[in-house]
Amino acid sequence: MDKVWVLAEQSAGSPSAIALELLSKARDLAQQVEAITYGAGGQLAAATLGEYGATKVFDAGDLGDSLPGPKLAAAIAALAASEGAPGAILVGMTYDGRDVAARLSARLDRPLLTNVVGLAKEDDSLVTEHAIFGATKVLKARFTGEGPGIFVVRAKSFAAEPSSSGVPETAALDLPDAGATDAAKVKGRHAEEREGPALDEAPVVVSGGRGLGSAENYALIEELAKLLKGAAGASRAIVDAGWVPYSHQVGQTGKTVKPTVYIACGISGATQHMVGMKGAKNIVAINKDQDAPIFSIADLGVVGDVHKVLPKLIEAVKSRS
Amino acid sequence: MNVAVCVKQIPDPAGELSLTPDSHTLVREGKLMMDDSDAYGVEMALQLVEAAGGGDVVLMSMAPNGETSGLRTALAMGAERAVLVSDPALAGSDALGTAKVLAAVVKRVEPDLVLAATESTDGYTGTMPVQLAELLGWPSVSFAKQVSVAGGAVNVRRQTEAGYDEVTCPLPAVVTVTAGVVEPRYPSFKGIMAARSKSVEQLSVSDLGIEGSQVGATGARQEVVSVQQADERQAGEIVVDEGDAHERILAFLEQVKVL
Repeated sequence: MDKVWVLAEQSAGSPSAIALELLSKARDLAQQVEAITYGAGGQLAAATLGEYGATKVFDAGDLGDSLPGPKLAAAIAALAASEGAPGAILVGMTYDGRDVAARLSARLDRPLLTNVVGLAKEDDSLVTEHAIFGATKVLKARFTGEGPGIFVVRAKSFAAEPSSSGVPETAALDLPDAGATDAAKVKGRHAEEREGPALDEAPVVVSGGRGLGSAENYALIEELAKLLKGAAGASRAIVDAGWVPYSHQVGQTGKTVKPTVYIACGISGATQHMVGMKGAKNIVAINKDQDAPIFSIADLGVVGDVHKVLPKLIEAVKSRS
Repeated sequence: MNVAVCVKQIPDPAGELSLTPDSHTLVREGKLMMDDSDAYGVEMALQLVEAAGGGDVVLMSMAPNGETSGLRTALAMGAERAVLVSDPALAGSDALGTAKVLAAVVKRVEPDLVLAATESTDGYTGTMPVQLAELLGWPSVSFAKQVSVAGGAVNVRRQTEAGYDEVTCPLPAVVTVTAGVVEPRYPSFKGIMAARSKSVEQLSVSDLGIEGSQVGATGARQEVVSVQQADERQAGEIVVDEGDAHERILAFLEQVKVL
């Protein structure tokens, strides 16, 4: 494989963690690793992208009030036509990454593989790994048709490691008119306030599930998370129930987390949840049902009532400091 | 206003799921049910049509063996009718193949808005609705956590990494909704009875003018190489709380040096 493209998301000049993970992986796959970036600060991000292996950075610049999907897919399709298509296009499984990959797939009429957690060269083709059935099985797959293959990769699948490569060449990426597909416009952006570290970067994640009994009891999760300098997570059940915002969700549909310690409180361990936290170094589970699936992967399982254990644990941590 | 909703009929996710030994695709031969994730889109559609003062909610689905049991659930919630594409040629279709089929259905149904879940519970590819939008040449807004329609446009609060964006999009458009966007209603007894006589139009691939090679396993242009058991995490120590379990947890946190 001669060339791999990586869609590298960045914010104000800082590449996203997954962009650097993808670039690091791309170095194993091809000699020529080229990044495609967008948004204000792309020029600034180029240096870091180069550090992680990009030999060339195409910068689409600020997209204004457009959503990234339509314009970037049109631009990448045009780039493939003018520069020659790469063997593979790697995209992060993020809100925007999915949109870009989906539209690009339809534009190029190429299939895509999503939820990729592993990628390796085998005989001249790329073989993907996917965690299925609640990560109890690993499925390997590959494309059989003409490239480029579009791979949509879950966060934290690969380690981000800087390389010794030099300063990348940079080029402006032209944004073609995407017509009616680009008609959705962003009228306002809202950042939710967050105390402490981001959920997917925190060394400690304390998560709550249906076993908490009520939305009010989520305060216990937040308090313990804060005391441990960690982040508060949630199962899909209580996000669906409206107890906490979607941004707290850990699992298949939410965030993938790999903290030093994951503390699951009142979470039974649905497969959809386990996919998102199974990679934690250590897992502590508190659940009153001794048959809860979460105990099968917990390093320390406490069969007990979260309403009793959590307040005592909070007090114990407090009195320690 | 007419709203079309993508409804996937899937094997019971709480049941034993398995892959076919030859193609390693999900076994879909038994009784199927409506994907829970789609209940949010159906409910949203019903509320939007009601708020608009009229129109129909039409369901679109693709499933083997003329399966309609999941569609009946959505019809019982209040959808007007359904279009089901069922054809042996569709076995093994990927997300892009599915989008091609549903794009042809959208052209027949001509809705003002297409709603779908962000991803299905069984395959969770998570790209089909936006592929559908691209094939139709329509705009799309994914990850909606709030949806309203006014003046020929759909207004969406779209989930982002940082929080949410307020997005306005002219119709027709495709919108994917997150779980929790609305509280889905339970079908009433009256609704269940009424659903039995509602129309489910059954179409084949050729009815839609689609080449068989574009869909199914051939159109998917991908193959499963192998399926293996994942490395199992071993269960560790299990203790029953007798009023002192918090001390055990504290000791564990100290041991792994987060305290």
